[in-house]
Amino acid sequence: MNDYTVVVENLEKRFGAFVAVDRVSFRIERGEVFGFLGPNGAGKSTTIRMLCGILTPSGGSGTVAGFDIRTQPELVKTQIGYMSQKFSLYQDLTVEENIDFYGGIYRIPPEKRRQRKEWVIEMAGLTEHRRRPTSILSGGWKQRLALGCAILHEPPVVFLDEPTSGVDPISRRRFWDLIYEMSDRGVTVFVTTHYMDEAEYCNRLGLIYRGELIALGTPHELKSETPRSDGTLPSLEEVFVSRIEARDRVEQPEREVRR
Amino acid sequence: MNPRRVRAVARKEFLHVVRDPLSLLMALATPVLLLTLFGFALTLDVDNVPLAVWDQSNTPRSRELVGRFDGSPYFSLRMNVDNYRDLVHAIDSGQAMMGLVVPSDFAEKIEAGRNAPVQLIVDGSDSNTAMIAIGYAGVVAEIYALDLTIEQNQRRGGPSLNIPLDVRPRVWFNEELESRNFIIPGLIAVIMMVIAAMLTSLTVAREWERGTMEQLISTPVKPGELILGKLAPYFVIGMCDVLLAVLMAEFVFHVPLRGNVALLFGMSAVFLVGALAMGMTVSIVTRSQLLSCQVAVVATFLPAFLLSGFIFTIANMPPVIRAITYIVPARYFVAILKGIYLKGVGLEILGAQAALLAVYAAVMVTLARISLKKKLT
Ligand SMILES: Nc1ncnc2c1ncn2[C@@H]1O[C@H](COP(=O)(O)OP(=O)(O)OP(=O)(O)O)[C@@H](O)[C@H]1O
Ligand SMILES: [Mg+2]
Repeated sequence: MNDYTVVVENLEKRFGAFVAVDRVSFRIERGEVFGFLGPNGAGKSTTIRMLCGILTPSGGSGTVAGFDIRTQPELVKTQIGYMSQKFSLYQDLTVEENIDFYGGIYRIPPEKRRQRKEWVIEMAGLTEHRRRPTSILSGGWKQRLALGCAILHEPPVVFLDEPTSGVDPISRRRFWDLIYEMSDRGVTVFVTTHYMDEAEYCNRLGLIYRGELIALGTPHELKSETPRSDGTLPSLEEVFVSRIEARDRVEQPEREVRR
Repeated sequence: MNPRRVRAVARKEFLHVVRDPLSLLMALATPVLLLTLFGFALTLDVDNVPLAVWDQSNTPRSRELVGRFDGSPYFSLRMNVDNYRDLVHAIDSGQAMMGLVVPSDFAEKIEAGRNAPVQLIVDGSDSNTAMIAIGYAGVVAEIYALDLTIEQNQRRGGPSLNIPLDVRPRVWFNEELESRNFIIPGLIAVIMMVIAAMLTSLTVAREWERGTMEQLISTPVKPGELILGKLAPYFVIGMCDVLLAVLMAEFVFHVPLRGNVALLFGMSAVFLVGALAMGMTVSIVTRSQLLSCQVAVVATFLPAFLLSGFIFTIANMPPVIRAITYIVPARYFVAILKGIYLKGVGLEILGAQAALLAVYAAVMVTLARISLKKKLT
């Protein structure tokens, strides 16, 4: 029996004639922290949305925690926590009210609800702000609270779409500590990011560019595949830039010649 | 359908309402405002029509006729003139709405037992009021003519005329013929239709615009649970609006409520569910607050106002239009409210209308549920 929690095979999403995600395939093991990288508009969010069962794929297939994202999206939703790219808690509700709402939505048993709520408040460092409206919270607090609400029900798979964008380095660090804690408990984490230091923290990486998965492997594997001319390992940033440039050359050789 | 989820959604939605006091105030004040505005503006009773008289006859007989006009509650004598120019000026300037010209041979013709025409000049710029005023003038003149006939008959020594037929129209259900009694119940229905659809027209669209919907549809919550939970707080507000409207009808407009109060609120509840679900469906489909609100108002106000039988009698409409009125839910609610208010009837008479209202509510809730897809497009 395999232990893959996310399996994607030739997954595709078209918006009209535009191909946002182009036959992407990968597998993620249980407890893995899988980083999904790519420039703006590459198709990261689109892929995550299909995996969360809120966007219907145009082609290919995928399973999350054993459920088919195409035919069993509502069952997928019982197994996941999703933190969308845009802050999506209710700004006019207080910290506690937001947590209570998701506690009710996820039907957390009453005896457990209190404990989970206190856990989230403490994890997010919001003990003193529990009765304040979410709108006044700073970015780092908001992001930790959003994560808390998304994993209130302790799902086995978590999808985080650029969870740390626009947050100071200390808050990012704390956020990644949380990600590792989850991973240690066997939770599979799928996270998109633009930050190269964060990419280094991931067990495995996928690089998506113009909807296509152009690199897949551990950070070390990716670096070894494209060594510098002097034989030393390049930084991840160098790897990605060279991969993307290589892809551009393949797609538009004539333009390259003219240059 | 999980009650805990419904409760969580309802509680959250209720908090949105409480945290936005301005919108809440609007939701409660709008029906009061509309009812006041339309209630007084649409009251069609015509009384104390200002009258200008040119009495060319100037005899006891002619003065008697003028006295009959002035003595009725419908007319009040504003001025006497002695030429056409002044009469025209009185009407043009709005000092009088009606001019009565009694010819110089009026008394002679009456004494001779002949037909004695008088001339009526009416300001037709408000044709509705003019028509009603002409009707009243006809009645005043006819009663006077009848009295004259009886008097002359007696004077001729004939047997006192026993008019075999005494026609006294008796108006049922609205004895005072106060148009307000007729207007207000229908007006409540029309206003509630618009308010209810507006209340819910923002709720789902707002979540799409703020991005909270994307989070919500990634959870296992069911569309039915979302719809029910979201309906709950607006249902409470809607029922408060109905209560306010009923209180205004009672204490501001003094419309007699002859029927069962519990039935009135029960029917309002059924109607509200349908209208609220309709607003929510619009919100779900448009995913835009501005568009949703506009669609909700246009889709409810005009049909409710024109096709519900609130002002324009459905039986007098062309067949095509009449057919359309059957899908206007306000039509049933107007009929029910009028029935309860004016006739004091219950479900034994209003059963069919009530059933159709319930069908409408069920269809709308189902429609909202079907249209709420837990998918991005
Ligand atoms: N609903 C949609 N209709 C049409 N095009 C869309 C839609 N959603 C996304 N796209 C397009 O698909 C492409 C991929 O979008 P996506 O949001 O997945 O990018 P991303 O990798 O998440 O970028 P970012 O880093 O900016 O978040 C973009 O070009 C975007 O404009
Ligand atoms: Mg994105």
